[in-house]
Amino acid sequence: MLSIRNVSKYYAQHCALNDVSIEIAKGSIFGLLGPNGAGKTSLIRIINQITAADSGEVIFDGEPLQAHHIGKIGYLPEERGLYKKMEIGEQMLYLAQLKGLSRAEATKRVKYWFEKLEIQSWWHKKVEELSKGMQQKVQFVATVVHQPPLIILDEPFSGFDPINADLIKNEILELNQNGATIIFSTHRMESVEELCDSIALIHQSKKILDGKVKDIKKQFSTHSYHIAYSGHFDELPENIGTITERTQTDEWQQMILHLAENATPNQLLATLLPQVAIHEFHEIIPSINEIFISQVKKSI
Amino acid sequence: MQKTLLIIQREYLSRVKKKSFIYMTILGPLLIAGMYAAAIWLAVSGDELAEIKTITVVDDSSVLGTSLADSKTIDYTVINQPIAQAKEDFKTSGKNYLLHISANSESTTTGIELFSEDQPSLSITSKITDDLETIIENRKLLRAGIDKKILDSLKTSISINTIQLTAEGEKDSNTAAAFGIGMLASIIIYMSIFIYGVQVMRGVIEEKTNRIVEVIISSVKPFQLMLGKIIGIAMVGITQFVMWIILTVAISSFVTPLLVSDEAQTKMEQLQTTEQSTSKTSGMLKVVQAISTINFTFILSTFLFYYLGGYLLYSALFAAIGSAVDSETETQQFMLPVTLPLIFAFILSTSFVINNPSSQLSFWLSIIPLTSPIVMMVRVPFGVPAWELALSMALLAGGFVGTVWIAARIYRTGILMYGKKSSFKEMVRWLFYKG
Repeated sequence: MLSIRNVSKYYAQHCALNDVSIEIAKGSIFGLLGPNGAGKTSLIRIINQITAADSGEVIFDGEPLQAHHIGKIGYLPEERGLYKKMEIGEQMLYLAQLKGLSRAEATKRVKYWFEKLEIQSWWHKKVEELSKGMQQKVQFVATVVHQPPLIILDEPFSGFDPINADLIKNEILELNQNGATIIFSTHRMESVEELCDSIALIHQSKKILDGKVKDIKKQFSTHSYHIAYSGHFDELPENIGTITERTQTDEWQQMILHLAENATPNQLLATLLPQVAIHEFHEIIPSINEIFISQVKKSI
Repeated sequence: MQKTLLIIQREYLSRVKKKSFIYMTILGPLLIAGMYAAAIWLAVSGDELAEIKTITVVDDSSVLGTSLADSKTIDYTVINQPIAQAKEDFKTSGKNYLLHISANSESTTTGIELFSEDQPSLSITSKITDDLETIIENRKLLRAGIDKKILDSLKTSISINTIQLTAEGEKDSNTAAAFGIGMLASIIIYMSIFIYGVQVMRGVIEEKTNRIVEVIISSVKPFQLMLGKIIGIAMVGITQFVMWIILTVAISSFVTPLLVSDEAQTKMEQLQTTEQSTSKTSGMLKVVQAISTINFTFILSTFLFYYLGGYLLYSALFAAIGSAVDSETETQQFMLPVTLPLIFAFILSTSFVINNPSSQLSFWLSIIPLTSPIVMMVRVPFGVPAWELALSMALLAGGFVGTVWIAARIYRTGILMYGKKSSFKEMVRWLFYKG
């Protein structure tokens, strides 16, 4: 869907993006992650043709990014805003028409979304009469009203209450199921980890990691397991693993162990089962956040 | 293009639908018509309104005082009392002033005193001075042996017929008419640039503080947004202007007969008929004739060109300012360099240029794009060589393209900058960012 190739962007002496390359597959939910000021917004602005890259190129659906692609992208900026004194219905029509829809088509689409989100009664209201959460809903409609195949959401859940956040999340998933490619940009990695199939981590204007979430997790797997058991158990054979931590709770004993290189979880279980009763057994999988922090530390 | 039209439409409609616009459009002509009616009323009954000042004259010279003639505004009464006594009585006399002429005032032209309770107005003192001067002058002339008849025939009033020798032949012209038209045109252009230029700036700041700008420019180019706003507001200005003219004409033609009573009207007619016999009115008549000889289509079309050209040039700069700041309070430092040439042009055009329309300075001011919209319209009614007009227009068009280019580059970077204090140095750097 989108291929970012060796993109760099400089503002005077400051480097916002340094030779960043990212592939975003059609129909995926892609997480563009990184702390504040990493260069995410700069990259998104380049995709939206708000600014141009100093070097490198962006390929949209097989062709270099051009002006007419603007209508195929829906963009929800981090800094949101609407005309305060304009009626909401009229405003939605205006924004949809700016994306290239005819007035008739825009009216149909806006009505569809207003019904779907049950906000038809807001049509003649002015933005300043709405609460912040309500404005976010309207803004979301403005982002997706022209049925863009690519939707870019910058910090999408900030400002939503949990109920609306859930509602919007479900709408996004539905759009994705209908074929839209979604890009999430956020510094709160835990908020989108469950949604994304692929991610890219950007830190200090460089891409430091990207790929499918499950591949990344496998790659950064610590081969550590958490076990809760009852009974008596001393040591593991060295060819199976080493215990790194032991704790005692009211109910059970617990331990964290590191699996030896050639051992499998099943071998580990086979060793344990004759000796103790197992209540809990799971692999400790690092969160994207933990991976990110470890990566950032490594790069310093 | 389609999208720019959409933006123009929104900018236009959102302003025209505003209550403040409707109020101003209706109230504007009412105010103008009201002022017009008040002016007519004052002209008709102005003399009755003016207070007649009463002056007691103590004349020690015994010749000057008796020659002082009463006029519309001053009523002289000569009394035969010593000045000390007159001063005593003055407080209770109810007269406005006490004039004391010393015995040797005629030869020394000094020793004339005016007593009053309040500060006398300049018009009163100068009127008294004029009266006395005329009397003394006449007496001197009589003493020198000049006959009274000759003295009367010396009073002269002339009127000049100005005729321009141009390539097309002789052309009747009238300086007064040209003066009026030039003045009016430059005032309208100056005010419009300010009012609507600042509206452009406010609009940009509004979009920036609302944070909607990023949503919009992910759909259109910043340049389209800026241009759409500028053109949309220009159309608001023209709409208001045209509405004002229509409403003013309608209201004044409807209201004037109501305001001015029949009596006053006959008085005005009398005034006109009596004046027509004197040489003074033939001058008035000439102004009317000259106005009718002025090529209004030409003046109006050049006016429209400079009105729009000046507005477009300056509003682009105002848009750039708006994009570089976060709130209106921050605009001050950037406003000054933009408004300075505007104010400079306005002051010079209404003082220097209008009196010296063909001087070197006037020429240069009407050629430079930053000042030409205001200055050239002062010169046009006096007649400007075609090549100068063409050069000035071409430069204004070029200047417009240039400032829009600069403004667009500042604008597209500025609108995305938040919470950062911009400086001129920074703005110059923005010019060279890759879009």
